Amino acid sequence: MTTSAPAPPAVAHRVERHRPSLVRLTGVELRKLADTRAGYWLLITIGLVAAAIVTVQLFVLDDGGQNFTDFFVPSLLPVGLLLPVLGILSITAEWSQRTALTTFTLVPKRERVIVAKLAAMVLAALASVLVSLAVAAVGTLLARATGGAGAWSFEASLLLHAAVLQVANVLMGAAFGLLLLNTPLAIVTYLLLPTLWTIVGGLVPALRGPARWLDTGATMEPLFGPDVTAGQWGRLVVSLLVWMAVPLAAGLVRTLRREVS
Amino acid sequence: MSTVGRSEWPGGAGRLIRMIDVEHLTKRYGAHPAVDDVSFRCEPGTVTGFLGPNGAGKSTTMRMICGLTPPTSGNALVAGLPYRQLVNPGREVGVLLDASAQHAGRTGREVLTVAARTMGVDRREVATKLDLVGLNEAAAKRRVRAYSLGMRQRLGLALTLLGDPRVLILDEPANGLDPEGIVWMRGLLRDFADRGGTVLLSSHLLREVEAVADRLVVIAGGRLVAQDGKDELLAGAGTLVRARDEDALRVALDRAGLDATPVTGGLLVRAEAEAIGQAAADAGLALTELRPASGAGLEQLFLTLTSAASSRENVR
Repeated sequence: MTTSAPAPPAVAHRVERHRPSLVRLTGVELRKLADTRAGYWLLITIGLVAAAIVTVQLFVLDDGGQNFTDFFVPSLLPVGLLLPVLGILSITAEWSQRTALTTFTLVPKRERVIVAKLAAMVLAALASVLVSLAVAAVGTLLARATGGAGAWSFEASLLLHAAVLQVANVLMGAAFGLLLLNTPLAIVTYLLLPTLWTIVGGLVPALRGPARWLDTGATMEPLFGPDVTAGQWGRLVVSLLVWMAVPLAAGLVRTLRREVS
Repeated sequence: MSTVGRSEWPGGAGRLIRMIDVEHLTKRYGAHPAVDDVSFRCEPGTVTGFLGPNGAGKSTTMRMICGLTPPTSGNALVAGLPYRQLVNPGREVGVLLDASAQHAGRTGREVLTVAARTMGVDRREVATKLDLVGLNEAAAKRRVRAYSLGMRQRLGLALTLLGDPRVLILDEPANGLDPEGIVWMRGLLRDFADRGGTVLLSSHLLREVEAVADRLVVIAGGRLVAQDGKDELLAGAGTLVRARDEDALRVALDRAGLDATPVTGGLLVRAEAEAIGQAAADAGLALTELRPASGAGLEQLFLTLTSAASSRENVR
């Protein structure tokens, strides 16, 4: 040790050998889903919407139709509509709020940030299925208490289908967000494009065939039931390739190349 | 320059560390060169002032150093590596390129917490750094939306210091700070450099960096126009001279072949005091002032260096 050192250095030479792990980055991205006012209320809204649907079912369904599955399945639809918004916001807020400047200076390997974001979204989508299960359980208990059938019958395959449905929904949103990098544009495009397909497919007979393979509204339909045929899986995969995998890949390239300012 | 701040890689071959090494950086947008062949380096223990008028290419250069903008040609190394190859950059380099670029809906504390988690920094550091930059408990709980620009700069500085880095890269950090805040920030940066850190800070105002910088890098119109130690630049800044009869003085200087530029408080002459005094004596003039121009000269130098280029200034 020298005694004449003027002052301790600003930083001891600490040689960092480890990148922030993907697990850590995923944790950070999960936190970022909920730590802003917009994100927080979006998550609350998703929960409330699921609860609201169950409440409506309690009043609308006959007593005999108030079973666990009857509460669970309808709750998937509105949640599935909001999850893509969560996916879009997680990506586009980085650009609209310009936090990309901080995010990408801390983690310059941008693909790692994107992978962490996608992982966080998948976890959020799976959590939303748990929320659907929970509100359906509460609905079933309420149904039993108010004279409904309240049967707990549930096909396990439905759980898998619900998980696939919600994960696909949130990732499609993320893909649109990545590709367009602009919140309103991504949300509008995401909501309009598949609907346009449905309308055009319905109007133009020649497109009716391709629409069966490309209209995600139609290809995802079987996921709301316990039985999905091999053909239906095939059509689902094709439609997701077009509406999820392609924009995801193109969006990743765009995000990696884009200048951050 | 002194050898203070020169250090070596632990176990390295004894080569001089350049914490920031910019070589021939060029960025073109279409045909327009935003940054044109800029090279400079920053060493440990120094504060480098990066000066130039608005739109001169300072921010583009800094974004290229930080891997946010791909250069058209040339390269930049930070701590010996291209920025994008740094393993955990937040622990090597503190970067503040725009204090306004924070999510308006996040609280100040949350902004730091997210960064601390990303870098793997102990969460107690969040409170320490908030305290260091003078953001109290109430301010930390508020959402960034409600922050003044000065508070955002303080939060941004806390963010740069969070990983205890050895390099700071700051773009216009004095913007929005009150005079007291500016003095505080200078002290902070000076102290950081004196402890062996490396600071690169940009400004379009000479006065802002003059007080704290050891070295100046001046760019205008995307090109490097001067770089040297501040004292060396000052020495070359000329001599300030004043006489009761300014017109006669001007004639006398002209006759002696000395170029004079009017500045506040006299004439700025690019010559030694002796030559000017002689010219005045030959003309029988009484001088009221004759001294190295220092501050006034640097200001003038800065204006001359940058004015030609600023007419073709182009904000991207």
